[in-house]
Amino acid sequence: MATLSSTRPSRFTMLSAGILFVGVVAPLMMAITISLNPDEQRILVDMGTWRAFIPTVISGQNYVEVWTDPVHPFLRYLFNTTFITLTTLILSILINSMAAFVLAQGTVGGRKLLIAIILATLVVPAESLVLPQLIMASRAGIIDSYEVQILPGVANAMAIFLFYQFFSRLPRDLIEAARVDGFSFFQIYRHIAMPLSKPVVSAIAVLQFLEIWNSYLWPVMVTRGPEVRPLSVAMSAYFGTNQAAWGNIMAFAVSMAIPVILFFLLLQKQFIASVVSSGVKG
Amino acid sequence: MSLKSKSRRQQWLMLSPAILGLSLIVILPFFLSIWFSFTDQRLVPRPIPTQVVGFRNYERILTDDEFWQAVGNTVLFAVLVVPFQLAISLGAAMILNSKLRLRAALRTVAILPLLLPMTVIVAIWAVLYRIPNGPFNAVFQLFAGSGNYVDWLGSSSTAMVAIVVLSAWATFPYQMLIYLAGLQDIAEELYEAARIDGATRWQQFWNVTWPGLRNVNIFLLIITTIGALKLFTQIAILTRGGPNGSTTTIIYYLFKEGYQTQKVGFASAVAVMFFLAVTAIALLQRKIFKNEEET
Repeated sequence: MATLSSTRPSRFTMLSAGILFVGVVAPLMMAITISLNPDEQRILVDMGTWRAFIPTVISGQNYVEVWTDPVHPFLRYLFNTTFITLTTLILSILINSMAAFVLAQGTVGGRKLLIAIILATLVVPAESLVLPQLIMASRAGIIDSYEVQILPGVANAMAIFLFYQFFSRLPRDLIEAARVDGFSFFQIYRHIAMPLSKPVVSAIAVLQFLEIWNSYLWPVMVTRGPEVRPLSVAMSAYFGTNQAAWGNIMAFAVSMAIPVILFFLLLQKQFIASVVSSGVKG
Repeated sequence: MSLKSKSRRQQWLMLSPAILGLSLIVILPFFLSIWFSFTDQRLVPRPIPTQVVGFRNYERILTDDEFWQAVGNTVLFAVLVVPFQLAISLGAAMILNSKLRLRAALRTVAILPLLLPMTVIVAIWAVLYRIPNGPFNAVFQLFAGSGNYVDWLGSSSTAMVAIVVLSAWATFPYQMLIYLAGLQDIAEELYEAARIDGATRWQQFWNVTWPGLRNVNIFLLIITTIGALKLFTQIAILTRGGPNGSTTTIIYYLFKEGYQTQKVGFASAVAVMFFLAVTAIALLQRKIFKNEEET
């Protein structure tokens, strides 16, 4: 744990830390402050002053309006996003780890070639594939469904790669001993490899969680109405149709941010480790 | 022998869902993209059958001023945002790596923008940039006098810069965390040795920190550049490519032509060129750094 300087932080460091803090917190404070103010006129008047950053009125009215809006059913969107995210994560961890275990410890031929192909697919930007994916989805008749939002995230080359790296380093003796004890290949994966792979599972969960929670281009193309629409698309639709109602827009934004911030505070350590592990591969 | 073949069957069963998935989600669409780019494929099937048109899509794109404007804007965005964002990330990482009290709390706070969905960030920044009296204009009025304001997102000279600042704010914590890990890998003894030699903080930075971050820099430069080239969400929600096309990006152009105008064949040619450009840039940056290492 090296630090830049063994002396106490300089004034310059303290000042920079202050700027960093204010730079990040001020926009967030503004969002919260505006969301707590039910008076749209007041919000517009206060916008250019300190009153836009420190709440002088505290009211839950905007939140109640957002959560009960029949045109934009917030709770439905929240359910949609949560459902899509969790299902994708569970399926992704299951099928990518299985494949990676075979590639790392299996005996089938062509594993080297498969790994090369999987790594090659990492280079392709997802954005350049959306049009054929859209045509395939519409031919399959799954536009405006949960499936169309879940399936593209399930088989994930990055997840396979991270699991592969981990499984390749499992001690040979461990695998061999299990085989001698009569474990089948799948049982070794299920009872020995997977229980050991918690750090990889959490890394992939965090990275994919962020990716899905943030995804916009694909859901905007494949969802039509509120039934299956995720929060990110709903937020932009809400923003587009309620331009004047800043209090409600900010209540929507804050409501959408809180679950993910709570999730992060619970798993902060794993979160940071995951981001760093995604970077180390370079 | 039968035991072995049973294991083999098991292995294929375990392998197949992921392989099938990747084939359907990446490999097939990739080749379809290339194929569509040589046809007049539409999003919604038409009565007239789809025809092969050779290089016509490519010719039309390369002679479309709007495409070149999108390329120019995307490159401008990358050139502005990459150094800006990396500088902020490194600065923030160095603050978090100092002996500051409360630095764990500051780290938690600094990560927050990364957690917020881009659509939320865009809404917050729309308020910050609001005319005539959003916070940025309030600050501007301190200098320019009341009544004056800048339409940050609505004038073609400032819109891209406004998007750059917003985007750097939105995603800098990712690079910050990776820089922080890189800083923590630099041995404290190197700093001690430098101090014994009488190096100032500035000299320590250039002679110890900067060389120590070499690999981290290469990695971050590549992924930040590629991320910048994919700029879309902020544009789609805030400026829709305007004003006067000053914020149209390649992906926004692709979305507009392929999805809104439904010219899938045409937009697929854009996608193919985008893929080639991204790959070329990644390879080029890697090569430049490799050469530097050898000399």
